[in-house]
Amino acid sequence: MAKRKSDVGTLYKGSPGQWSWIAHRITGVAIVLFLFVHIVDTAVVGWGPEAYDRVESVYQNWFVRLLELGLVAAVVYHALNGVKIMLFDFWPSTTRHMKGLSLATTGLFLVAMVPITWIIGKATLELVGWL
Amino acid sequence: MAVETRERPAAPAPRPSGAGARAGRERPSGGFELWAWLFMRISGIVLLFLAVGHVLIMHVLDEGIDRVNFDFVAVRWDDVFWQTWDWVMLSLALVHGINGLRVVVQDYVRPAGARFAVNMVFYTLGFILFALGTIVVFTFDASKWAGAV
Repeated sequence: MAKRKSDVGTLYKGSPGQWSWIAHRITGVAIVLFLFVHIVDTAVVGWGPEAYDRVESVYQNWFVRLLELGLVAAVVYHALNGVKIMLFDFWPSTTRHMKGLSLATTGLFLVAMVPITWIIGKATLELVGWL
Repeated sequence: MAVETRERPAAPAPRPSGAGARAGRERPSGGFELWAWLFMRISGIVLLFLAVGHVLIMHVLDEGIDRVNFDFVAVRWDDVFWQTWDWVMLSLALVHGINGLRVVVQDYVRPAGARFAVNMVFYTLGFILFALGTIVVFTFDASKWAGAV
């Protein structure tokens, strides 16, 4: 397609729906891959306290704590965006406010992540002894 | 699943777009895909409470993961309420997640044989993990280690 004059020198930013579609997919795949591992690590509880507490001790690592924060963020995002999807699917007229609702979802996600990041971040800093 | 060739129904007239158009997103017109579509949404609503609640309880509230250990699980799974919560969450999350993977695989794995193989790997894995999780949730008995704790 020929470029319009107004396209020159602008960055393609996509639409909110397109970005949330990608984010929903990435968070969904990440969560289900974690779920596969998580069912196995939880099953270790059947081998007694020594085995289970040893598995659980992977969380005594700052990098794993960052992954933990990422997991919580992924679940919260996927849930909020899922609500947005259902809103559009069950009440089609709401798609007229797609942009606003996408912004609201992102805003709600960011607001929710403030205390969560504070809590997990604090625990992580305490773990490495910086706090 | 039977592979059949049938006449494609005539393509529906393109929806008018822009202001005033009947808004909405595409949805499967029927059959398995429609049920899968509906399942994703209904399980999504339930998981909104079960999975988000689980993640907040385990990772955010009240010291988060730092308090999770064998004793913590022993107390929780002594309660039918949490056993039920965890088992329903396990079942719905696995089916929701693996159906999600099926949709993703549909987009990125084009050859029919490879797609079938990848899907079968996930279905098999899902079945094994469902069995494992179910056994652990309902047969776990912390009293076996009563002396050790």
